[in-house]
Amino acid sequence: MTAVTQDPALAAEGLGVPAHRRGVFWTALRQRKSAMVGLFIIIFFIVLAVIAPFISPYSATAQTCAVYAPPSAQHWLGCDDGGIDMLSELMQGGRISLVVGFAATLVAMVIGGGVGILSGYFGGWIDSALMRITDYLLVIPSLVFAIVIADIWGANLLHVIIVIGILQWTSTARIIRAQVMSLRERVFVKRARAIGSGNGRIIWRHILPQVAPLLIANTVLTVAIAIYMETVLAFLGLEDPTVTTWGTILQHAFDRTAISSGAWWAIVPDGFAIAAIIVGCFLLGQAIEDSLNPRLKVAHLSIRRWRFRPLVGRGKDAI
Amino acid sequence: MSLLEVSDLNVWFDLPGGGQVHAVQGVSFALDGGQRFGLVGESGCGKTTTILALMGLLPPNAEVSGDVRIDGRSVLAGGEDSIRPHRWKDIAMVFQGAMNALNPVKKVGWQIAEPMALHGVAEGSAARKRAGELLELVGIPASAAERYPHEFSGGMRQRASIAMALACQPKILLADEPTTALDVMVQAQILELLTSLSDELGLALILVTHDLPVVAQMCDQAAVMYAGKIVEDGPMETLFHAPRHPYTRLLFAATPDLYGREAVVSIPGAPPRLDREITGCSFRQRCDVAMESCATEHPDLITIGAGHRAACLRNTAQREETAEVR
Repeated sequence: MTAVTQDPALAAEGLGVPAHRRGVFWTALRQRKSAMVGLFIIIFFIVLAVIAPFISPYSATAQTCAVYAPPSAQHWLGCDDGGIDMLSELMQGGRISLVVGFAATLVAMVIGGGVGILSGYFGGWIDSALMRITDYLLVIPSLVFAIVIADIWGANLLHVIIVIGILQWTSTARIIRAQVMSLRERVFVKRARAIGSGNGRIIWRHILPQVAPLLIANTVLTVAIAIYMETVLAFLGLEDPTVTTWGTILQHAFDRTAISSGAWWAIVPDGFAIAAIIVGCFLLGQAIEDSLNPRLKVAHLSIRRWRFRPLVGRGKDAI
Repeated sequence: MSLLEVSDLNVWFDLPGGGQVHAVQGVSFALDGGQRFGLVGESGCGKTTTILALMGLLPPNAEVSGDVRIDGRSVLAGGEDSIRPHRWKDIAMVFQGAMNALNPVKKVGWQIAEPMALHGVAEGSAARKRAGELLELVGIPASAAERYPHEFSGGMRQRASIAMALACQPKILLADEPTTALDVMVQAQILELLTSLSDELGLALILVTHDLPVVAQMCDQAAVMYAGKIVEDGPMETLFHAPRHPYTRLLFAATPDLYGREAVVSIPGAPPRLDREITGCSFRQRCDVAMESCATEHPDLITIGAGHRAACLRNTAQREETAEVR
């Protein structure tokens, strides 16, 4: 159907397929190596977390080897202070860490996105009220706040998720609000109102799709922060003691003299996993943010589509 | 009874720091189906505000008085509730900078179909089919409905937003500077399109612009606005050849002619501020034929010929003189 209006020259080059068929977004992302690396890391950890119960070599809770046994052919990453296989424990810890990270991010995005859209769209006293709350949460030292809340509510996985969620929505709310304030004044919103759309419809059908990419970029970046926060809280002993996360693994190793025993394998792989997922999230998040540059949405302006032609020299492009 | 009757329309805007701007002052005109009406004047004289008031789309800090009747039914009195059923079904609009009136992340076809669903004209595949037909009507292949606005050129976007305005078969089409930001060729095409649409569909067209030649070419009726008021209106021919308000005359003189035979005259000064009452004629400081009485006496819009009205004391004076001679 679209082939009719298509320039045959473009179609021949394979560029003619309308960008939206494959997703403008995806096209823009694919051109960035960092995005692909980040995406690969994130998918790797997610897949690992999902299939962990099926592939982990030993139990993540029962003793299968000697205390702080060094890495060996049977236990690739050695064992921890309880004689539990580190590799199995890491896989199990990753499951919980990722769940906490994503769940906390979901909480943060729902609150942040909601507050941002409402205050940006309606303005006035709604904006003032919501933004004062945001300001308040922004200036609170987050770690202190998290420690206090986690302590008062008690160490529990759900509480950790909520605390991280409550702390992480503020910057998202501000970014979304700024974007919505500019969108609200655009002519197409006026048109939407003119054809009889109510506020709900305008927000849902016209504003939300526009801020969605921004929200996605923020989500990915927030996942990294949420996982980091979870590790910090766990390391400070505020995580549910009955679960295994990457944070509690670190905490246990630290508490039980892994360093002085020279058992680096109890700390390094775990720290590496945390660092890797955070780097992955940042790479992808940054790439999404960069590709939000509207000029890159237009396929013919993208960086890979044009090249310099040398005025002199060899090659088929030379004049 | 005309299709659209506007009588004594006033719009005030509350200013954030207190005070009010009287942006539209007692505007009246009437329009029938198939008629093309031009609303001209310089920036800030209340053209856009007038038609936004007709659509009931003024910002919340605006106050409106007067009467707007579509097919004899008053649409302003009941506020939002009385205008909403008419909006887009009876009276639709092509926005100023209509190229931005398309949501960049929605397919064009979806956006044209949106008002149909909202007003119960058509839904689902019927709406999509009609969106395609509307695109064909404005000269875009129906297959383009599946495309996004950024894949359209400026002229195509303008055409698409005209198609969007026609979605619910309105009787009145308001076009607010439909050709700004388009090049001359595309401008001509869009204007031609609007003309043929109003002929074929019997649309009443209100064209808001500061481009006098465009109005002269397209419209049968025109009104010249200055400082929130209509200072002269009438058949286009009369306004063009025998303007009776100095502002109209100066506006035409400020338009370059094709052969450069006449020097372009600019009108000195700027329109007065509208946040306070103006005594006398609002144009007198910039007028080349102002009299003493212009500073004190308020010129009314009086009929001076067949359907021709102007608000200038010179006309009144002249009429009295001729009356005395008789």
